[in-house]
Amino acid sequence: MSILANKNTRLLVQGITGSEGLFHTMQMIAYGTNVVAGVTPGKGGEWVNGNVPVFDSVKRAVDATGANTSIIFVPARFAADSILEAADAGIPFVVCITEGIPVMDMMRVRNYIDQKNVRLLGPNCPGLLTPGEAKVGIIPGDIAIPGNVGIVSRSGTLTYEVLYALKQVGMGSSTTVGIGGDPINGTNHIDILQMFEDDPQTDKVVMIGEIGGTDEEKAAEFIATKMTKPVIGFIAGQTAPPGKRMGHAGAIIEGGSGTAAEKIAALEAAGVKVARHPEEIPSLL
Amino acid sequence: MKLHEYQSKTIFSKFGIPIPKGKVAATASEARQIAKELGGAVVVKSQVLVGGRGKAGGIKVAKTPDEVEKIAGQILAMEIKGLPVRKVLIDEAADIKKEIYLGITNDRAEKKPVIMASAAGGVEIEEIAKTNPELIIKVHINPLIGIKDYQSRDIASAIDLPREHWKVFGEILKGLWEVYQSHDATLAEINPLVITGDDRLVALDGKMLIDDNALFRHQDLNDMRDTDEEAPSEIEARKYGLTFIKLDGNIGCMVNGAGLAMASMDILKLFGGDPANFLDIGGGASAEKVAAAMRIILADPNVKAILFNIFGGITRGDEVAKGILTAMEEVKPKVPMVVRLVGTNAVEGRALLASANMITAETLAEAAQKAVAAAKGDF
Repeated sequence: MSILANKNTRLLVQGITGSEGLFHTMQMIAYGTNVVAGVTPGKGGEWVNGNVPVFDSVKRAVDATGANTSIIFVPARFAADSILEAADAGIPFVVCITEGIPVMDMMRVRNYIDQKNVRLLGPNCPGLLTPGEAKVGIIPGDIAIPGNVGIVSRSGTLTYEVLYALKQVGMGSSTTVGIGGDPINGTNHIDILQMFEDDPQTDKVVMIGEIGGTDEEKAAEFIATKMTKPVIGFIAGQTAPPGKRMGHAGAIIEGGSGTAAEKIAALEAAGVKVARHPEEIPSLL
Repeated sequence: MKLHEYQSKTIFSKFGIPIPKGKVAATASEARQIAKELGGAVVVKSQVLVGGRGKAGGIKVAKTPDEVEKIAGQILAMEIKGLPVRKVLIDEAADIKKEIYLGITNDRAEKKPVIMASAAGGVEIEEIAKTNPELIIKVHINPLIGIKDYQSRDIASAIDLPREHWKVFGEILKGLWEVYQSHDATLAEINPLVITGDDRLVALDGKMLIDDNALFRHQDLNDMRDTDEEAPSEIEARKYGLTFIKLDGNIGCMVNGAGLAMASMDILKLFGGDPANFLDIGGGASAEKVAAAMRIILADPNVKAILFNIFGGITRGDEVAKGILTAMEEVKPKVPMVVRLVGTNAVEGRALLASANMITAETLAEAAQKAVAAAKGDF
């Protein structure tokens, strides 16, 4: 078992012929992910890797291949449209890697897809990895091994750091999920924590947060009241100055709230052990 | 990106929101001329992108053109919180009967824009939130539908606005929403919205923040950017697509990925160091980008050591190593450099750097400790 992606994932890649889309499609195929189709408007009829058909629209791709998950590598100005296209074509799970989508677009998208019961992961995220089964995203496959630790994170490379540190001591992950660094996203910490709580393969959870918003505070309350599995936390941005956007659009301390100190305090009050730095996480597990 | 008060109010006015008569001036004599045209008492308002202008003495009332010229001259010579005042707005003075707060921003938790209104206008909303949170009315907007009439009536009633103003208030609120959504704002604020002595509603002050990710579709707003509030290094970094934020410490940081960059700064602090900057070189960083990043870090005279923490994924370790070598040729750094390369093509990258006399580290903790020691001169 695992969450969100596994051997049954039939993956569609939106933006499959772009440089990023193509590169990561090849990486995902090499990892063993079942990539069944691609979409690039205007390039329907072409093939990728000799065996992945390209379609002009998501609807056609779904009708022809039965894709049940989509991953989006489309430039920011077109990405909101791509998410809506996937939702309207009936895909229940959409992963958006694209960084830099305007927040107004994301608010409209989120309010629309919520009515259709579509789950969105991201945007501005590294996707997810179920080691040994499927990679839906850009997390390097070779830094992770299968195991019983569920990981949920707002950051990309920081997640790689944790996976790598776990692997050094022989620990592996059930599924690793990057929820992304944007202020308006599709899936938050709590959604993933609930999935890990319900997943029999996951015994322990690592939650990696950062400054900005109140997602981690809400997660702390959820952990205290709803979770039986142990959770280890880490919060990036303890040294971040207020009012500055620290790379991620969502990583900003506004009006004194969203600080690392508040988040760490909330997690510790919920009984979560909080690591001082990422390499300390394996020893706390 | 922040807009100035005069820029925000000009936009408001295009969307039917009443603003005072006024014009912006860059010199004292221009200010005098504007005051003459307006006639009567005016307010001279410094245009800088920080809050607390009034308290700093950057907003003053003047009664005659002579007085305007004198005050404008004084304000134009000021610095407010480190920012030079380059322009003043000359607005006709208003006879204020009541001050209201009205703003729209994004509620991250609800995934919707939210209207905030309060009868306790004229002070900052953060201040009201601290002292009288019950006086702030919040109403969410469905971004697919927009503001409905009943919502503006509900708000008007909740802030005890006299009924004769409800219709105009509704028009102002709709105008503010149109401003907000059509400009990709993350904040559009009127504070105060006043009822004047002759019973008109007027937006005396205006503030807008624009979503940087949406600037590609707003060239007009891009052209309004005031770079005074940014360090020159931050402007230079933007040219190369780097995210750089200057800090006060002495250890330069170059990292790929925003979260890892923050974590790298934090771990320096944990081991007794102090980061000089936040710098995310992004995914797939080219040698040219890395070289630019290194020049920007080394332009800060406080920097006593540099920490490179690169976790290769999309970013390739050998590309980064080439960038470091190119930059070293160019800028000939005098400070010690600690490098940690992991992930895609890290072995090749390390081999390239082996000849370059750099301090290497296997783990992040080791790299941070070495960088802290190097900054103290212990290497």
